[in-house]
Amino acid sequence: MSGSPVGARGPKIDGRARITGAARFVADLKLPRMAHGAFVRSTHAHARLRDIDVSAARAMPGVLGVMVGADLPRRYGAIPVARDETALAVDKVRYIGEPIVCVVAVDLELARRAAAEVRVSYEPLPAVLGIDAALDPTSPIVHDEARKPSNTLRHVSQAFGDVDAELAASDVVVEARYDYPGSTHAPLEAHGALAAPDPDGGLTLWTSTQNVHYVHKDVARVLGMDERDLRVVKPAVGAGYGGKCDPFCTELCAAHMARTLGRPVRIVLSREEVFLAHRGRHPTRMWMRMGLTRDGDIRAIDFKAWADGGAYASYGVVTSYYLGVFMGMPYRLGAYRFEAMRLYTNVPPCGPKRGHGAIQPRFALETHLDRAAEVLRMDPASLRARNFLGADSETINGLRITSNGVAACMDAVLSASGWHTRRGRLPRGRGLGLAVSAYMSGALHGIHGDDLSQSVVSVRVDRNGAVTVFSGSADLGQGSQQMLATLVADRLGLQPSDIRVVEADTRLTPVDLGSYSSRVTMMAGNAALQAADAVRAQVLDAAATQLGTAASELRLEDGRIHVAGDVSVGVSFVRAAQLAEARLGAVGATAGFRPPLQGSRHRRESVGPSPAYSFTAQVAEVEVDEDTGVVRVVQVWVAHDCGRALQPSIVEGQVEGCVAMGLGEALHEETVHRDGRLVAPSLLAYKVPTIHETPPIEVTLVETHDPIGPLGAKECGEGPQLGTVPAVANAIHDAIGIRLDAPPFTPERVLRALDARGRAG
Amino acid sequence: MDDVVPVLLRVNGDDVRLHVPPTRTLLDVVREDLDLCGTKHGCDVGECGACTVLLDGTPRLSCLTLVGTVEGREVCTIEGIATPAGLHPIQEAFDRRVAAQCGYCTPGIVLTLVALRARMPDASPGHIRDALGSNLCRCTGWGAILRAAEDVFAPCRGGTA
Repeated sequence: MSGSPVGARGPKIDGRARITGAARFVADLKLPRMAHGAFVRSTHAHARLRDIDVSAARAMPGVLGVMVGADLPRRYGAIPVARDETALAVDKVRYIGEPIVCVVAVDLELARRAAAEVRVSYEPLPAVLGIDAALDPTSPIVHDEARKPSNTLRHVSQAFGDVDAELAASDVVVEARYDYPGSTHAPLEAHGALAAPDPDGGLTLWTSTQNVHYVHKDVARVLGMDERDLRVVKPAVGAGYGGKCDPFCTELCAAHMARTLGRPVRIVLSREEVFLAHRGRHPTRMWMRMGLTRDGDIRAIDFKAWADGGAYASYGVVTSYYLGVFMGMPYRLGAYRFEAMRLYTNVPPCGPKRGHGAIQPRFALETHLDRAAEVLRMDPASLRARNFLGADSETINGLRITSNGVAACMDAVLSASGWHTRRGRLPRGRGLGLAVSAYMSGALHGIHGDDLSQSVVSVRVDRNGAVTVFSGSADLGQGSQQMLATLVADRLGLQPSDIRVVEADTRLTPVDLGSYSSRVTMMAGNAALQAADAVRAQVLDAAATQLGTAASELRLEDGRIHVAGDVSVGVSFVRAAQLAEARLGAVGATAGFRPPLQGSRHRRESVGPSPAYSFTAQVAEVEVDEDTGVVRVVQVWVAHDCGRALQPSIVEGQVEGCVAMGLGEALHEETVHRDGRLVAPSLLAYKVPTIHETPPIEVTLVETHDPIGPLGAKECGEGPQLGTVPAVANAIHDAIGIRLDAPPFTPERVLRALDARGRAG
Repeated sequence: MDDVVPVLLRVNGDDVRLHVPPTRTLLDVVREDLDLCGTKHGCDVGECGACTVLLDGTPRLSCLTLVGTVEGREVCTIEGIATPAGLHPIQEAFDRRVAAQCGYCTPGIVLTLVALRARMPDASPGHIRDALGSNLCRCTGWGAILRAAEDVFAPCRGGTA
């Protein structure tokens, strides 16, 4: 292979390990004298802990240690302003399945049997279940220990322009309520952690996480360790989708018990425990009023969203903003107001699932636009197009848009799906639905609110020509190692296969805030580019001196540095690296990236701004059986503006994965609790789509070359999921004329809606 | 505690003599006793297919297979697919098409397709989908996996497919 690797397909550098079974996940790591941990979990949704009797468990031969909440009582949480969780429950339990005791034994089976011998006495309290109970002032308080006890974690209200005046002046006002269900990530790899004491008195923690940096900070803080004594390493991770962003009991308890016992401790969750660890989609009740002119200009949106957050905060403060801040993208709104609440209840905590906080309002918005188009007798695509913001624009709430390919995306899917000739003309039971969406490429402001870099990346070149990239970002399968290797290879005239990436090891890699909010390509990618450019200058200068020419006259390509226009006059990259080392003492560079701050009219809106936004349009075709209520998605056409596809196969895989996860939420997936108990904590009952439920997904990539993204690239791992559920909802309406405002669109719900229409009509 | 019994298996071409409780799962035995960790725990109850191995060439959920019931049989895990000469054609296609994202389901899916290819080298797209119905993949949406499978199966279909 020759030339720049940017835009080339082919294997990813870490692909081989993943297809040969050689990749090592936490559960595959074994150390001498390794002990195993298991949890005792709450059987009550809300109760005071009266007594925990661990004597029988502790007395069992082979049990090495037993830990309770009081052993590690310092509170932690991903968001510093909302630390409300402890490694194990202290004084109170707040959901069925909350860990109370951790038992460590010589093998896993013994740890589990000993855990079954622990006796917990509860003083049951009334459980707060559902949004109405959380809002009821007579309900008990989930966090009654808080300084200002309330079942509302965060209540956000923002208004831009005069919404009431705009609504009053609108030709039509469309109003509806939407109920989005909870759902969970269901990564195939369970969360796990292995902690081992270091010979020097420190501790190493291998963990299945999306962000070693936050785990590092929280575990050190809760254990009272100096951060410098703790090393957190991410081995191969069996995906996250947002579900491995929080610190977990696995990490805290393995770390504490390894230190206490002086031997390695591994704790891996069971499948049922993965469902209980959760941090999934918030069930959200939403109300939308939209005012439009008769020509279809959106004069105002008035939006409310109440989210059932479960027992702990997780990233819920951020969720409450994300429920509202992306509404005006990519649309021009005359006025906008939103109010969002994230509530505490006695079920497993919700958190960031792919498309965090933006999935639910996007479902409401894109379904609502179809309603409006119907009222106005407009084509839903035309209604959207006339309200599109362009490139170099700003939303009503002050979010700066740089590149914007939404119009091209919509054109692509309309054309691919035959929208203009087929929609409304398909046989009864068949329909097409459209949705568009936008998503951030990382948050402009980090959660710690400091002015430090969001990503730092080092590039080192050895005298044998080996190039190693060190980044704290986490590859969960999404391809961030390949992204880093591609960018660095491009700058150094090499191929990704020439580059080694060392990632997510707090002792070896510089700080990166981690793999969430679709931030890694933007942040770590830009840092890698800067570091690679510094290295490029080092080798170019050395080669220029050797060749007796100016560095500006030289080109790096195919592993050589040569004079522009004359390949024969040059040196190999390896030789140039040696010349540079002789001149400079060492070859390498470290660079940090912090996104450029953007002027905004609305300074207080610190959650929502991103360096760049991705845009997506998708059309779903469905077939609905009106006798059985079964909805089958026939095909999805999706176009995504990823700025630039650094490796198109990887980008397409992200887009396809997003749509597939969206189809699961559209048709099957829902976390259902009965009296606070998760009804179906298994992969059989919680229906992740199989190959049989996944239709062809046809992907078009739109490249807009973003001015801030590294070599023009933006996110692709979350945004494409946003429009899938409303596209299906709109297609169902096109097929059989019913509006479904509460996913998943199960046969029961379809039949109920058909029944209701039959009675009405 | 279960009694320990001798069990003879042939694993990836090697004879393996074990002394294990017959009720241990094949999954535990290959991972913990034989250190063949490419076979994955996904759910432990036969729902996800991550633990798929080949038993006498046929895909089998190792988490539901008690080791005492497979005495004398031939077990192939993901570690037994590639040879020193190179990857299996299914693996080569997976690599080229980036059909593994996180890679946790991949060993099971690769083995499912390896078995299908041995049995039916010209399997149709429908056969391929049917074969993969017992494996879950949460990352890919199946597109790249099907493209990789097509790379291998389509050339064998002749002109009739």
